[in-house]
Amino acid sequence: MDETVAEFIKRTILKIPLNELTTILKAWDFLSENQLQTVNFRQRKESVVQHLIHLCEEKRASLNDAALLDIIYTQFHQHQKVWDVFQMSKGPGEDVDLFDMKQFKNSFKKILQRALKNVTVSFRETEENAVWIRIAWGTQYTKPNQYKPTYVVYYSQTPYAFKSSSTLRRNTPLLGQALTIASKHHQIVKMDLRSRYLDSLKAIVFKQYNQTFETHNSTTPLQERSLGLDINMDSRIIHENIVEKERVQRITQETFGDYPQPQLEFAQYKLETKFKSDLNGSILAEREEPLRCLIKFSSPHLLEALKSLAPAGIADAPLSPLLTCIPNKRKNYFKIRDK
Amino acid sequence: MSVLRPLDKLPSLNTATILLVGTEDALLQQLADSMLKEDCASELKVHLAKSLPLPSSVNRPRIDLIVFVVNLHSKYSLQNTEESLHHVDASFFLGKVCFLATGAGRESHCSIHRHTVVKLAHTYQSPLLYCDLEVEGFRVTMAQRLVRVLQICAGHVPGVSALNLLSLLRSSEGPSLEDL
Repeated sequence: MDETVAEFIKRTILKIPLNELTTILKAWDFLSENQLQTVNFRQRKESVVQHLIHLCEEKRASLNDAALLDIIYTQFHQHQKVWDVFQMSKGPGEDVDLFDMKQFKNSFKKILQRALKNVTVSFRETEENAVWIRIAWGTQYTKPNQYKPTYVVYYSQTPYAFKSSSTLRRNTPLLGQALTIASKHHQIVKMDLRSRYLDSLKAIVFKQYNQTFETHNSTTPLQERSLGLDINMDSRIIHENIVEKERVQRITQETFGDYPQPQLEFAQYKLETKFKSDLNGSILAEREEPLRCLIKFSSPHLLEALKSLAPAGIADAPLSPLLTCIPNKRKNYFKIRDK
Repeated sequence: MSVLRPLDKLPSLNTATILLVGTEDALLQQLADSMLKEDCASELKVHLAKSLPLPSSVNRPRIDLIVFVVNLHSKYSLQNTEESLHHVDASFFLGKVCFLATGAGRESHCSIHRHTVVKLAHTYQSPLLYCDLEVEGFRVTMAQRLVRVLQICAGHVPGVSALNLLSLLRSSEGPSLEDL
């Protein structure tokens, strides 16, 4: 086994927390049951790793096997990457061809290898007709860097692909081209949507987030449930604005629904507008160039936070449509210009 | 437009009613709970409202004390208070209104300057109290104070009236308020 491959496998296994190790190794399916049984997973991590590397050497692990392990690790730790969303489109009048996974993989790999002599391309198919692609980039003269790969998750029955943001941005146009041509599309466009949570991005892009589930709470009367009142509440406390509260609850429910919101960490608004003022002759109004301003909202769970603003009394309902349109418009990056 | 007046209803026997006005319902609820836990000879009633005017209701008892809760973290809260103040009759401000500013402890989150609420309280000639309602210890102490003030405003403490209390509180304020 090549030294670089051994080192790569070692570093990958070292990243895996001990409690996930057996699950990931089983998913990898490279080492046999018998081999795995010989390993004592209760030792110190370094010893476990040494033993595993030894077993991989016995079985002569290749670079492809190592890359596959890396893909599986990333699939278990999707949140460590930030994912961008790309949308492809077919040209006008093009037929919808039947998708052939094998042909796609070959074509994709060939395009990249023709452009850059040194790339490592690996595939792993998952459910829902999705394929995870891992690309390690090199140049005409240098070997691929296995420690800074790019991941693409392509859902073959849709025109959407999700790509992990990486620092090596110069390869993005080539990657886009390869993906477009291999999947028999005409054009690829980056959407203004980005998040760490791949599941949430999927839910937003495929419009699957608005499913209401029947829960056992739905039998309690609407008013009590929505106002969050304790049934044993003190009768000496009287809420004066019940009508207003119900209005806020109703508007919030109409805007956000009853279902859990997809998880996003931020929303960013770039404003480029000219200054508008009622006063004539103000210095700012005479300015030809638009004013620029950037507003960023961050939260561990942005959409749930926005949903709770009006009921908590921090903002008035209804909220600005710029905030509430995020899942609907499938964007969390906005550019606001003068019309 | 309905305006709250202090003496437009007859008082109920041994009952004192306080009205808490503020945008954040959770805070008002907590304060109400703390107040009701206090030992008090009078029967307490707490009304919570997001803003004024209140929906018209014949069943509402006479209100003895109004506390406007302003959250220093939220300009929305201050704006709401300022708009609600227009629906209170001038005679209420003879000791039966008080302002409570919360959130001063977390300076980095404050978007309203302390001076703004000081000036507001001064304009309406009413006392301003500070309390971080989210901290239980402070809230309990404030609840005790408010219960005491409420009893005086309801006339349950012999020899002290709301107006007496107001002048007592005012004379202890520093001269710097005169400069505002």
